[in-house]
Amino acid sequence: MTKLTINLGDKATIKSSDIILLFNALRSAGYSVIGPTIREGTIVYEELTSIDDLPVGWTDEQEGGSYRLKKRSDNAFFGYNVGPHSWKKFLFPPSLRLWNARKNGNNFQILPENNDTPKFAFIGVRACELHAMAVQDKVFMNGTYIDPVYKSRREHAFIVAVNCGQAGNTCFCTSMKTGPKVTSGYDLSLTEIIQDEIHYFLVEVGSEIGAEILNQIPHESAENKDIESADRIVEETAKNMGRTLDTNNLKELLYNNYDNPRWDDVANRCLSCSNCTMVCPTCFCTTVEDVTDLKGENSERWRKWDSCFTVDFSYIHGGSIRSTVRSRYRQWLTHKLATWIDQFGSSGCVGCGRCITWCPVAIDLTEEVSIIRLSNNNSESLSSDKSDFREKHNH
Amino acid sequence: MSQKRKPKLAVWKFASCDGCQLSLLDCEDELLAIAGEIEIANFPEASRAVIKGPYDVSLVEGSITTPHDAERIHQVRRSSKFLITIGACATAGGIQALRNFKDVKEFISVVYAVPEYIETLNKSTPISDHVSVDFELRGCPINKLQLVEVLSAFLNARKPNIPPYSVCIECKRRATVCVMVAHGTPCLGPVTQAGCGAICPSYNRGCYGCFGPKETPNTSSLGDHWNKLSVDNDGIIRAFRGFNAYADAFRKESEIREK
Ligand code: SF4
Ligand code: SF4
Ligand code: SF4
Ligand code: SF4
Repeated sequence: MTKLTINLGDKATIKSSDIILLFNALRSAGYSVIGPTIREGTIVYEELTSIDDLPVGWTDEQEGGSYRLKKRSDNAFFGYNVGPHSWKKFLFPPSLRLWNARKNGNNFQILPENNDTPKFAFIGVRACELHAMAVQDKVFMNGTYIDPVYKSRREHAFIVAVNCGQAGNTCFCTSMKTGPKVTSGYDLSLTEIIQDEIHYFLVEVGSEIGAEILNQIPHESAENKDIESADRIVEETAKNMGRTLDTNNLKELLYNNYDNPRWDDVANRCLSCSNCTMVCPTCFCTTVEDVTDLKGENSERWRKWDSCFTVDFSYIHGGSIRSTVRSRYRQWLTHKLATWIDQFGSSGCVGCGRCITWCPVAIDLTEEVSIIRLSNNNSESLSSDKSDFREKHNH
Repeated sequence: MSQKRKPKLAVWKFASCDGCQLSLLDCEDELLAIAGEIEIANFPEASRAVIKGPYDVSLVEGSITTPHDAERIHQVRRSSKFLITIGACATAGGIQALRNFKDVKEFISVVYAVPEYIETLNKSTPISDHVSVDFELRGCPINKLQLVEVLSAFLNARKPNIPPYSVCIECKRRATVCVMVAHGTPCLGPVTQAGCGAICPSYNRGCYGCFGPKETPNTSSLGDHWNKLSVDNDGIIRAFRGFNAYADAFRKESEIREK
């Protein structure tokens, strides 16, 4: 038996060439290894068959409505930012059969679902993504109604986090206080260090099981200079966010601006296509569809990702509450950044920038908020001018 | 237990290519399963036999393009309990509705040797312009799974699960990479109704709009974005004038950009 030389909270280094051993250790521990790989010109999250699937030497260039891969000048394993997929597609499947039933005379019989829990090891989880998981944990694993599929997948998942060595053009985790440094919720966390000819990882151990895995692969205990190098990388990343969002009184700002004309402006551009909600790692809404076969002898209930941008989403007796796109965009933004705080005690946005990059027409929530803030400040100073005026003339 | 009367299903063809009827034939397995449950009373692609109405469910394929058909559709309506239109022709006028933007008489004189023999209307119009329709199933052609879903729903007196939202939702649920954002390929998905399962983006093509406009489609914003992807207005007009050219939202956008 291997002697446990590394413990929870310890820091170590591993050689870049030994990453393959981390893969092997996870695989022999029974995990299916999910991580970044290149598909259709993007870096997506999929099951990896070998370490060669990693996007070594690639990075992404992101802007509102645009994503392109680019070659890096080094051989970084994790030299990119978040892409079109998020881990939620594994923990919270886009389509899930909840149950199926068979007709039995005048009655029906519910057949058990085979919900074997897949054991995932996620490789390359970023700080913002860990915060997104924490947000979904609150939604699916807290309170009276717990989602058993999410819970079992989540509890069995092994997380190899990565500190971002660069920030993307649509990233704003520093504004949301969710990154770029990974602080909790991981089993192992990596910082990739490339200096001249040396290429290695600083590893931090976040759990007992993380320590167990690390002890199966060659490692050395980290020296101060390694820790300092890693810290510098993350500090540099934090300084280079492509976007910022001023969160000061953000909730009140949005609550006070239900009638801001900017909502009409964004409604002219918004396609109500739902892409922003589909890519958002915290969005959790679903719809339920009941289907029967032609004979009406078998029936199934399916749960599917849904979006507040559809008309049916707010359908109640008599019609849809949010028939206009204006009201749907406003609902989305106000939920993410304001009502979420009342509902779950934290913002619904972790600053990953996906909704900006993957909006086909480049609608950018940070820009929408800053324009609403500007017009709010203007109208506030206008109304205080008015009250000054009134006060003067009342005397 | 007394045996229930078998529901009668009829299929009707108007101006169309038969592709949607073929989708029904393609439902072989599903149809065999219910062969004992329903009576196929009229189905020109499958059999010449015609059983007299009234029919419980009529599936209508094709658009109205001749005075004769404009009459015939009323007979179909009168003899059907539920009338379901299938495909872009029946729901929006089809590709043949391109004539609606031009002068048909001119075409006739150019194309036919004896133009007097041709009796046709100026416009190709959807069935719902002529009679009331109980359900419209979109697509060019329709998706066979959606057809089975609609038939199951009508036969079991439940609501069909045919969502009117965008193709993008289906595209994202299957984890396809967005071709417009990642490759700059123009895609009609954000203004087109779901139903195909986002086939084209999954083959790295933009959506062609086969299922017609989605609910609250913002064609002008998407068109402006296509301009930024270097598609000129002629290109946008061509994209909107496909199988669903005469569907309101697509027609209006193409007309605005023609000016
Ligand atoms: S938002 Fe922050 S943590 Fe997330 S990918 Fe960008 S830099 Fe990394
Ligand atoms: S709202 Fe946008 S930036 Fe915020 S977490 Fe969701 S996708 Fe990321
Ligand atoms: S904000 Fe963008 S991604 Fe979201 S619904 Fe509107 S157009 Fe689609
Ligand atoms: S590829 Fe087309 S259908 Fe798919 S998300 Fe992008 S715009 Fe929508």
